[in-house]
Formats: sequence, C-alpha cells, structure tokens
Amino acid sequence: MARLTINGETRDIEVDPETPLLWVLREQAGLTGTKFGCGIAQCGACTVHIDGVATRSCALPVSAVEPGQQIVTIEGLSEDGSHPVQQAWLALDVPQCGYCQAGMIMAAAALINSTPSPSDDDISAEITNICRCGTYNRVRAAIKLAAETASASQKG
Amino acid sequence: MTVATLSRRKFLIGTAATAGGLSLGFHVPFAAQAEGSSAVLPEINAWVLIRPDDTVVIRIARSEMGQGTLTGLAQLVAEELECDWSKVTTEYPTPGDSLRRNRIWGSFSTGGSRGIRESHQYVREGGAAARQMLISAAADLWEVPADECSAANSVITHASSGRTVTYGAVASLAAQMPMPTNIALKAPREWKIAGKPLPRLDTRDKLIGKQIYGVDLTLPGMLNASIRACPVFGGKVASFDATAVSGMPGVRKVVQVDDTAVAVVADTWWQAHSALNALPIVWDEGPNTNVTSETIAEMLREGLDAEDAVVGTAIGNARAALDGDARVVTATYSFPYQAHATMEPMNATARYTTDKCEVWVPTQNGEMSLAAAAEASGLQIEQCEVYKLHLGGGFGRRGNYQEYVRQAVKLAKEFPGTPVKLIWSREEDMLHGAYHPVTQCRFRAALDAGGNVTAFHMRISGQSILWPLRAEVRETGRDPVVFQGLSDGGTEGAFGYTIPNLLIDHAMRNPPVPPGFWRGVNLNQNALYVECFIDELAHEAGIDPLEFRRKLLGDHSKHLAVLEAVAERVGWEKPAGDGIHRGLAQIMGFGSYVAAAAEVSVTDGQLKIHRIVAATDPGHIVNPAQAERQVEGSFVYGLSACLYGECTINGGRVEQENFDTYEVMRMDQMPAVETILMPSGNFWGGVGEPTIAVAGPAVLNAVFAATGKRIRQLPVKNNSLGA
Ligand code: FES
Ligand code: FES
Repeated sequence: MARLTINGETRDIEVDPETPLLWVLREQAGLTGTKFGCGIAQCGACTVHIDGVATRSCALPVSAVEPGQQIVTIEGLSEDGSHPVQQAWLALDVPQCGYCQAGMIMAAAALINSTPSPSDDDISAEITNICRCGTYNRVRAAIKLAAETASASQKG
Repeated sequence: MTVATLSRRKFLIGTAATAGGLSLGFHVPFAAQAEGSSAVLPEINAWVLIRPDDTVVIRIARSEMGQGTLTGLAQLVAEELECDWSKVTTEYPTPGDSLRRNRIWGSFSTGGSRGIRESHQYVREGGAAARQMLISAAADLWEVPADECSAANSVITHASSGRTVTYGAVASLAAQMPMPTNIALKAPREWKIAGKPLPRLDTRDKLIGKQIYGVDLTLPGMLNASIRACPVFGGKVASFDATAVSGMPGVRKVVQVDDTAVAVVADTWWQAHSALNALPIVWDEGPNTNVTSETIAEMLREGLDAEDAVVGTAIGNARAALDGDARVVTATYSFPYQAHATMEPMNATARYTTDKCEVWVPTQNGEMSLAAAAEASGLQIEQCEVYKLHLGGGFGRRGNYQEYVRQAVKLAKEFPGTPVKLIWSREEDMLHGAYHPVTQCRFRAALDAGGNVTAFHMRISGQSILWPLRAEVRETGRDPVVFQGLSDGGTEGAFGYTIPNLLIDHAMRNPPVPPGFWRGVNLNQNALYVECFIDELAHEAGIDPLEFRRKLLGDHSKHLAVLEAVAERVGWEKPAGDGIHRGLAQIMGFGSYVAAAAEVSVTDGQLKIHRIVAATDPGHIVNPAQAERQVEGSFVYGLSACLYGECTINGGRVEQENFDTYEVMRMDQMPAVETILMPSGNFWGGVGEPTIAVAGPAVLNAVFAATGKRIRQLPVKNNSLGA
C-alpha cells in the first residue's frame, strides 16, 4: 500500500512498494501522459515533479515517495494546458512524434521555476532528455519564450 | 505475408452515404500499367466526411510518426475541397476496411519519405471531387446550373442570386451525387492552404498528456505482457522454469512464443516485467555465438577485393583507366550497425477469439500489421482488423517488421476474449532491432595533372536490407536499394558527379544480424562515403572543395544549386570565425536535392558543431514549417549516427542494451540549424529522410579542415581527434 499525493489528490494505492513510481502512475493511477522510454533514468520521458523538482520516475521505487510529497504529472501541470511552458510549446509548435514531450515540458517547467531566466548553458545542462525526432532547437526556443512570458506575467 | 494478393480492382469509384453525412472514396488503378490500361490517374486513397455541423473529417491512410504527414496530407485535401481549415479533423481508416473495399485507400505504407510525394495526386483529386459534388448538390437544391456556383471556406455561393449554403447543410445530398469524371486540380501557385506553414493538427494533445500512443492503450479487462527473445541471433529457448515465478503478484501465465521467446502475462506490465526478470531461462544459443564485430568486419573486407560484384552504375571503363599511369587515390570507409531507438518501445495489443482477431498498434504499415495478425492468429485475413495509433517514432522500425504484432497475437490466443498488451523493454528493443545494415566501402580514383577525376571506382561490400525480404534478391544477389543516391540518372537518387569512367558495384555480404530500413536507409552511408572521398580528392588535387565539386556537378544544376545555396549562406568564400572550420556535402535521394555546410571547432580533441546550414529542393513543399522541422530533426538523427551510433556484436548478440551505452545526441550537442527551402517546382521529392545523409559528411569534412584527420571508420567516437 502506498499513500501518494498526485496532482493535488491524495490516494491510497495497492501496489508492491518496489514498483517504480512511473508504473504506479501509468498502471494504478491511470495517468499515461508520463512515458516509459528506458527504465534506467537515462532518457527523461518519465519526468514528473516531486515537490517541484524534476524527477525521473522510472527508477524511483514508490516507497521512496512520502505521502506528503506533491507529485505533479503532465496531466496536472495546468488545468487546461495554460502553463507558460505549454503555451510556449503551442506557440512554437514544438512536438514532432510527441512521445518525449511530456518529459521535456516537465523538465522545462521545473527549470524556469528554479531559474527564471535560464541561459543557453543552463538549458543545455538541465535539459538532458532524449528526443529522437530532433526537437531540441525548438525546445530551447520555447523554454526561452516561456521564461519571458512567465516573468512578464509575474511583473504584470 | 504479403498484401499483394489482395484484389485490386482496375477502376473503382465508390461513394457511400453515412449517417447524415457525405463520405467519398476513390480508387483509381494502381494496377493500371499491369493491365495495359492507358488510364494515368493513380489510385486515390482519400476519404472526406462532412458532418452536418460543417466539421470536415479527412481520412489519412499513411501513419503519423512525428513527420507531420497527417497535417500535410490534410492540407492537400482541404486545398481542393475549399473547406474551412479550422473545421478540419483527421482519422485513420482501418486496413480491414480497406481490404473490404478493394484497397480503396491504396497503400498504407509510410516510409521512404513517400507519404506526400506518392499520394499528393490522389488525395487532391479526392478533395476536388468532393468539392464538385457539394457544389452539384447546392445547384440541384437551388435549381441552377452548377457552373454558376462556387465554393470557398466551406460555403457554396450562387453569385447572381446571392444565395449561400454551408457544406454541412448539403453534405447528405452531395453523397447522392454522381462522381465527377473530370477532376481538375489547382496549380500549386494558386494554393491557399497547402504550401503554407500551418501549425500541426496534432499538437495540443501532446502538450497535456492526452495523446494516446500504443503503450498507453487501456482496454477493459486488459492483461499486460513483457517478452524476452534469445539475445543471440538465431538462438532459441531451451527451457525455462515457470514455477519459479508463477506465484509472483499478478502473474497469469508464462508463455513460450515460437521457438525464440518467452513472455510473462500479468495484470500489470510492471508485474509481468518483474516476473520475466526473475524467470530462469536457458537458451540454446545456436550457431552464431562466435560472431563478433571483428568477424563481420573481416567478412566485409574480403568483399572489398572480391572478383564477383553486382554492378550498379558503369560508365566508360573505370578499371582500365585506373590501371593506367594516372595518379590513383584510394581510401576505405566503414559504417556500423545502428539501432532505430524510437522513444516509444515496440508494442502491440491484441484480442483474439476463435472467429476474430483485433490488433491495436503503432505501425508504419497497417496492411503489414493486418497480414501479421492473420498469420499469427491462423484466421482468415477478413476476420482480422488493425486499429492504428500514432507512433512515438518510427524511423523505419515499424514498417516491414511486425514481430511484436505476431507476438501479441500469440499471447492473446492464450486468453481468448481478453486483450493483451505487449510492451518491449528498452533492452528488448535494442537487442532485437532491424538494424541499419553494416557496410564497408573502398574507393579508387584517378586524378590527372589538371585535378580532373578521370576514373572512379566505388566498391561497396556489405549487407542487403532486401535479402531477407525478397526471393529475387536472394537469387540474383542484386539489391537495388544498396545503390541509393548512386544511380546513373533517374528521379529518385541520381549521382551528381560527371566522371568519364565510373564504376559503382556491390559485393553482398550478409552477416547473421537482421538488417532493416532505418531513416535515410543506404543514402546515409553512401553520401558519407562519396562526399568525404570527394573532399579527399579535392584536397589531393589542391583545389577548394566547393570549386572541385562545381567542376564535377556541371551537368547537374539542381545538385549544384543546393550546394551553392549553403555555400553562400555559410559564407564559404569568406574567412570563418577564430578556430572555426567548414565542410560541405551534397546528395540527391528520395527524389530531393539536399546539401549541408557545417561549422565546427576541435579543441583538445573535443569536437563542437557550431552551426549547420542545410538546403533542400524537394520540388514542391506542402508545409514549409513541417519541412523545416524535418530538416532540423534530420541533423539530430544523422549526427547521432555519425558521432555515436554503433551496435557492436559480441557472442552473436548486440552489446548495447540501453541509452547508457547506446549514446544519442542530446540538447547540449545540438548545433544551430539554418534551413533553406528552395522548391523549384515540377517534381515531388521527399523531405523526412534525404537531409540526414549530408549531416555526417559535412561535419566530417569540417573536422578534416580543423584537424587534418580523415575519419573513415564510423562512428566518430571511436576516433581520436586530438593532436
Ligand atoms: S523512462 Fe525514465 S528516464 Fe527513461
Ligand atoms: S518528439 Fe519524438 S522523440 Fe521527441
């Protein structure tokens, strides 16, 4: 049994405590927006936020997550796709196949939260997710756009 | 396992009214030539459905895997349909429906950069015919001649009376109209929707976690499976101890699949996979345990000098010219096995009963998936159905090779009536690919005193992708795909350099590692080999690489035009920045002309790619924004391959099992990419693949400019760039 707070909702889930958080999200919580790509914390497709920190959920046993910790998945990043990162992604039409994009968006959202105006080096260092379709340059541009709009709305 | 036996009617135009709406299906003969007909219309696979609320559903037979074909094909239909683009949605027809309707949508195959270039004609005709029928319906309603009415933005207008009606209002009437026989298409210069950089139709769901991929599918009562095949190619299952895991949580069954694999079926995938990891399996590793990368390289090296080879292109007498007293330059290159590594691992979901088999699968070829379902289920093909899902990457892996479908069906047969979803682990995906084939290449070229290339022999030794797929290739040893980009003329991939004595030949050598179509296919290494060696010749001749190519490309103005475009944009004639060095490459492939210029620096043996300029001439461009994304993405795929891509073989199996050892390019290595789209009209080339081929050689030629080192054994990571 695991008690988890996912996208603001606390749930008790019947599951082997060794199960990676990724599979609990996908198979027990029914949140399939978080993707499986490698299972060894290499690709970032499974990135979620735990207390605001971008975390690769495929290599994290669910028992390592405390009940009070806030897990946020792509489904919970905003109500309706209105998060500045999602909006920037829409404006620049970033996704190709889209499979890596939930992880990219979650990693990017955590980055601009901790570093409101990320430099190119910050982006290169922090966004290590794999995209095989090759969206990297648009991801970079969208992160910058999101950072601008996020800081503009904070000032405004 | 062929779909060619499905009946193809010579000329079929079907219309069918569906609940209050209009649906049009067209089929004009693919088999026209075979039947000696003079009909030149290609088969039509578009399907337009208009709901009373004016929503336009455009059916797309090709698969969306990130390349944007869904949006591009819809633009072509919508352009001729004259509909309101904001009301357009798309859906996939099913391969089973296609079969029942005499392959009304034509080919479902999505590969070879063919999505648009091979269906633009019939999908546009589908849109145009639908428009004409809607106009006829309105004209009937108003009792006026159809030619007094016009359509725009989903509204039909009778000019003289000022009456208007929307498409939705006349859709069911239009469905009764006779199919027009005279279908005129707009010239591309009149396009308003096609040819424009419209946003993709499938973006929004991908931003909020709503896009359902194959791995995400959930059906009521569904079970989940993880599978492991013998990691050694050609090996089999000897034994396994199911009792060791049968008590583990959620486990339903341990199932041997064919001779080669064992799967665990459980309530959840994680339970299935955990049990599979705990399952003791003994393999009969078979005949290939002594195969290594080195034994394969040795096998190919022998082919470099073999007497026996299949000639691809021959002009003049290259052998004689090389045996003369000219100055001969030689070089030998090699290119390794590579995995597709799509981000979404292979998967399929199947439900089997004794009279029906259904499969849900991300596939590049729905008809191949259907044939695989029929074969594995033992049912008639008419009893099977395939529902396509968007692909989390395809790159060639999900076309001809449908083993995951066969496996899923065999697992589903163990649980009649219950859907079973099979997901491969990344390790399974890496160990059981359809790998980019391995080749080596030896050049011998003669230069005269003026730096002219008087003879050129390119010998390719290595693996054939078609060999396992086609009997005639096994009989003749001739695989035409080997010579991509090296043809003597033609519209697919003409060799651009004019050399009086030219010989390009292939010694087929097939190691026991399964080869496959891999984005860019053989154009990738052919371009790398040729463009790096041309650079070597330019250097030997003491001539600037651009100037050297200009001389040789004089007869091929389109090849030259893209090269000139990148040279100009990168500033070839001007000095580069401090420590920056440049390289060039060009090729024709998949019907398009492409070139790239790279700017790199090498500091303490570390390569940094700063900037890429790419030019492409695909004839026509349906969506420039998507074309740009394909070109940019090509550099990620192509440079990943050039810098890191390598599956090494040891003990008859692939050594790299996941992204920790199979490196791919990430954000920090991604150069700036400037794309020049220069469609010159009058032909239709592909966009998704050709540019990959120039990524590697442009960078390697720049590396030579920076270091004086020629990288001839790929990938780059195995070479030292230091002093
Ligand atoms: S699936 Fe977690 S990092 Fe790849
Ligand atoms: S968009 Fe396809 S893997 Fe990134």
